[in-house]
Amino acid sequence: MILVRLLLQTVVLALGQIWSNRFRALLTTLGIVIGTAAVIATVGATNGLKAYMLSELQSFGARKVFIDGDVPRKMRGRMSRAQVELKMEEIQQLIGQVTTMETFTPLFFGSYDLQAGQTVLRSVQTLGIWPEWHEIEARYTTMGRPFNRIDEEQHLNVCLVNDKTTELLGLPLDPTGEFILIGGRRFLIVGVVETRILGAVFGGQEAQAEVFIPLSVAMAMNPQRRFVNFLLGNLKSEDLAEEAKQEVSVIMRRIRKLGPDEEPTWQVGVVQQVIDQVNRVGSAITAGAGGIVAISLLVGGVGIMNIMLVSVSERTREIGLRKAVGARPSVILMQFLVEAVVLCLVGAAMGLAIGYGLVYGLSTIPGSPLEKASVPVWATTLAVGFSAFTGIVFGMFPATKAARLNPIEALRHE
Amino acid sequence: MNPIIRLRQIEKVYRMGSEQVHALRGVDLDIARNEFVAIMGASGSGKSTLMNVLGCLDQPTGGVYELNGLRTDRMSAGQLASVRNAQIGFVFQSFELLPRATALRNVMLPLVYSRRLWLGARRRALRSLERVGLADRVGHRPNQMSGGQRQRVAIARALVNEPSILLADEPTGNLDSRTSEEIIDLFKKLHAEGQTIVMVTHEEDVARHAHRIVRLRDGRIFSDFTTREDPIHGEYLNRMMQEALFAVREKDAERAAGAPGAEAAP
Repeated sequence: MILVRLLLQTVVLALGQIWSNRFRALLTTLGIVIGTAAVIATVGATNGLKAYMLSELQSFGARKVFIDGDVPRKMRGRMSRAQVELKMEEIQQLIGQVTTMETFTPLFFGSYDLQAGQTVLRSVQTLGIWPEWHEIEARYTTMGRPFNRIDEEQHLNVCLVNDKTTELLGLPLDPTGEFILIGGRRFLIVGVVETRILGAVFGGQEAQAEVFIPLSVAMAMNPQRRFVNFLLGNLKSEDLAEEAKQEVSVIMRRIRKLGPDEEPTWQVGVVQQVIDQVNRVGSAITAGAGGIVAISLLVGGVGIMNIMLVSVSERTREIGLRKAVGARPSVILMQFLVEAVVLCLVGAAMGLAIGYGLVYGLSTIPGSPLEKASVPVWATTLAVGFSAFTGIVFGMFPATKAARLNPIEALRHE
Repeated sequence: MNPIIRLRQIEKVYRMGSEQVHALRGVDLDIARNEFVAIMGASGSGKSTLMNVLGCLDQPTGGVYELNGLRTDRMSAGQLASVRNAQIGFVFQSFELLPRATALRNVMLPLVYSRRLWLGARRRALRSLERVGLADRVGHRPNQMSGGQRQRVAIARALVNEPSILLADEPTGNLDSRTSEEIIDLFKKLHAEGQTIVMVTHEEDVARHAHRIVRLRDGRIFSDFTTREDPIHGEYLNRMMQEALFAVREKDAERAAGAPGAEAAP
């Protein structure tokens, strides 16, 4: 009871002390203010950037795995790209053995001129795909129908287009049923695929004209090319990222008959691993911010200690009087400790205000990737907690000094 | 009746480097309830040390000190603080008021640290200020008050915890003679109301208002008489009387010599 009452009185007293020396207090707490503001701003911005990257990656497809041929670094110049690209036989074998993945489609990139009536579009990216592509990419048709196995197996000259292609070719709003020429061949448009614009991170800017044809047709149009550009598949679940990478590696080694010492001639890209990496980088930046806080709080703490020592020596007579009228040493200790902590918390409050202001400012920059920047509760708690802790640690020495003062000598001071 | 203060063979030895300074060399002293005692002595006589021991600000290095039947000479710093808070009211030569606090806040200070009196602290402080005649200066800060008013605030602060003894250390040392008399009158009034007062002073003029004078020399009690019986004090009064008479005679002589000339002037 007496403790609570004294604590409250002491807090009021400390605030009064700080207010009557407000300029000095401001300078003293600058270290704490800057430290707190820095950590809040850094954590907030990192959080925003991470949220942005993750949402981009999620919309890109967290479970996606890309497998493609790759010339090992040591073999550069001695091995051609064509030698290592994935062949259809290899893909069939791989799909037959992989257990950590489901739903596959090879990707076959081509570039052809498109023509509808008199309108010609030069060099449009034409992607040869399996029907599973719709599921993996989560891109379905807005008009007409998606690809099916019959298109693939019967090598049907059918294609899917996107809005941009329709627009550029001057086709009707619903182009299904129209015929266009792709590389001189006549294709029936069976559906329209929705256009998806990716964030700047993945090089997506404006929507571009896209055309999709069955993989078997795409390969038939390039009879001399026996390989595809990528094999795209989905993980069975997101936590299988590392396992899938290992498994594909083992199977590919067997398929390509590579010895244990030989460099792999392919690479596996797992989107989930990129996500993991983003998370790791985020944590690293946060840890770095923690370092900033530690250092600036240390600097700030020294400032606090200095000013508290000044305060104790300035108020020696007051301490003597308080002791004479019955303040126990522990009460004096508490008084100065509370003053140091309150000083730190005032600094932390100012730092929080500045930090929150910075984060808010960053998040309102239009089109910035920091739109989702926000300060997590733990960061605020940590900043405030550490500031209070600094107050206790660096206030302890001056407060002990005050508590140990001999009342007679203190009253005789100067 | 048991004395409020009972000192037996109190010794205090300070260490100054390798030398030992004997500030008190065995002091025996009893002070009863409602006494008004002046402690006198030249500087270095040990009167300040005795004052600190009486006020529980300092521990004697030997002897027994009972305050209200409570032995204090073996107490810890924290226990002594409690004793000071409950039993002793200090009045200092330089007032020792908190400069930024109002008179009321200053008077309330001891109650902040009190376990039993903090409820109604404001009311108590107001009553205490009334007792010293400062009911109309409650909200003033020390720099808005005269020296005498400041000392009254300090006295109100000393009284606020209803102490067993009021300890005053040269209470008039920083005041002019007219204000000093006001403060002394206040002490006399408090004494009449039943307060036990111990006052350290080196001024015979102030000490004569006490009822008992204890004189210290070289750390020992040199004399302890009621004021009326104190030979040194009697001698002092005699000399004052002589000087006063002498001054009056001088004046009379001057007037007698100057009178005819003065009448002839116009």
